[in-house]
Amino acid sequence: MSSQPVSATPAAPGPRQKAVHPMSGLFNGVVIRLTLRGSVSRKRALLFAIPGLILIVVSALLKANATGSSWPPVFLGQFGFSVIIPLTALLVGSSVLGAEIEDGSIVHLLATPVSRLSVVLGKYVVAVGLTVLFAAVPEYLAGAIAKGPANKLTIGLFVGALAGAVMYNALFVMLTALVSPGRALAFGLVYVLLWEGLLANLVAGVRLLSIGHYALAIANSIAHNSTLNASLNVGTGIGMGIVVTAAALAIAVNRLSAFSIKGDIA
Amino acid sequence: MSTIELTGVSRWYGNVVAVNDVTMSIGPGVTGLLGPNGAGKTTIMHMMAGFLAPSRGEVTVAGQPSWRNHEMFRQVALVPERDSVYAFLTGSQFVAATAKLHELADPEGAARRAIAMVELTDAQDRRISTYSKGMRQRIKVAAALVHDPEIVLLDEPFNGMDPRQRLQMMDLLHAEGDQGRTIVFSSHILEEVERLSGIIQVIVGGRLAASGDFRAIRRLMTNRPHVFVVRSSDDRTLGSVLIGRPAVSGVELTGQGLQVSASDYGTFAREVAGLSRDHGIRLTQVLPTDESLESVFTYLLAS
Repeated sequence: MSSQPVSATPAAPGPRQKAVHPMSGLFNGVVIRLTLRGSVSRKRALLFAIPGLILIVVSALLKANATGSSWPPVFLGQFGFSVIIPLTALLVGSSVLGAEIEDGSIVHLLATPVSRLSVVLGKYVVAVGLTVLFAAVPEYLAGAIAKGPANKLTIGLFVGALAGAVMYNALFVMLTALVSPGRALAFGLVYVLLWEGLLANLVAGVRLLSIGHYALAIANSIAHNSTLNASLNVGTGIGMGIVVTAAALAIAVNRLSAFSIKGDIA
Repeated sequence: MSTIELTGVSRWYGNVVAVNDVTMSIGPGVTGLLGPNGAGKTTIMHMMAGFLAPSRGEVTVAGQPSWRNHEMFRQVALVPERDSVYAFLTGSQFVAATAKLHELADPEGAARRAIAMVELTDAQDRRISTYSKGMRQRIKVAAALVHDPEIVLLDEPFNGMDPRQRLQMMDLLHAEGDQGRTIVFSSHILEEVERLSGIIQVIVGGRLAASGDFRAIRRLMTNRPHVFVVRSSDDRTLGSVLIGRPAVSGVELTGQGLQVSASDYGTFAREVAGLSRDHGIRLTQVLPTDESLESVFTYLLAS
């Protein structure tokens, strides 16, 4: 009994044996499973599917009615990468960490010796996975409706959407670690609609700091479609994407290490 | 090593000082952190648990600074006040998940034992969302104890519990304390202290107001004069009768009736009705005026 973690016998509290895995790794399975179950058990999860559904439904309508063939890169590329994917990533990315911060259950996770890097990475991979499911897969399906399942544009859009899911979620997980959950959603919306949706498509200089345009550059490297309006080259897109993703996750880890509970005020 | 040390700790939010220059040392056994709401005890608890940085001073737990130190949770456990757990899990899933986060060798076995300690075995396969507040409180305690911590911090653990559950929880905390663990709980309900046979630290207005053995402090609390407002058909006569009694330390005739300071609460309460009747005085009101917790704590602060 003495080596068991919780012993009812009133033994003197000596050094307690702990089974520490030699390499617990960066990705903690328990964190990932808890995050996944928490994310999909909330009503908000129904919202995750809406942007992707819009993408598929509108593509089917355009396919049936449109006369020209220039809409797929415009709608699925420019609009999809600067609105649909970031919106899905915002809903998912702000929920994996934000919902737990909001209801306080994050404390149970943080009051353990699990490294804050593992907590952030666990949340982040779930967010990326759900965004791939709810936005990148719809991009592919919509592309397949428009151009066929093996078309260069379809594949390019899918790969670009995967990259978008990876980059956008890092940003939104960071945002929820920085500001309160309600504000994260508001800031995220302003960023998506103003910066990515409007400015990045109007002002050329903004594109160097636009995740949508990094994703477009990656998509274009496969699709080679000038209507995608990808102004960055793929090297810049990947390079900047890695920098932004790594920086955002590093900031999130740092903030979570200093996570404070609001106390009482005398 | 299972001690908590606060050295000159202050915490302020902008211009508001929540904790003001508190120095205390908490060792093995059960310690209660008491004070009215907003006194700063939750702020102190959060600083001990590493969920708040002190603005000034030092907080060390098990010999390590608590801020930005998640490794500390190998020896430390926190039962947060907020009633927020992963409600979509069953009780046993929640405790086992916590055991896995602590990388225990046998998480399921550890979870079973911890759940048995809080007497929730019958409910362990139900979702936490179906639990009562008291049950949620207990499942959080089970999760906190699952890794056999040396130090357990409980923020308002008795909230939402009925008296029987409180008693059981207090017994559990004492059993853990007797095993050499350092158990710290915060509470704003003084009644909970009565069941406690340890050390208490009283926090009032962000300062450490009293510190030491609970019996001594409880004596202070029971011996303080109690003030009653008494109204009757003849206040002046009643006043002259009451001042002759040893249980009464002072009487003042006011516009709102008699203000009586009783040095012995129980005796005064027993005597007042009989004395009035013997003198043909009809009592219309006997109202204790200072029974609020604030006044008890303020009294402690003054003494």
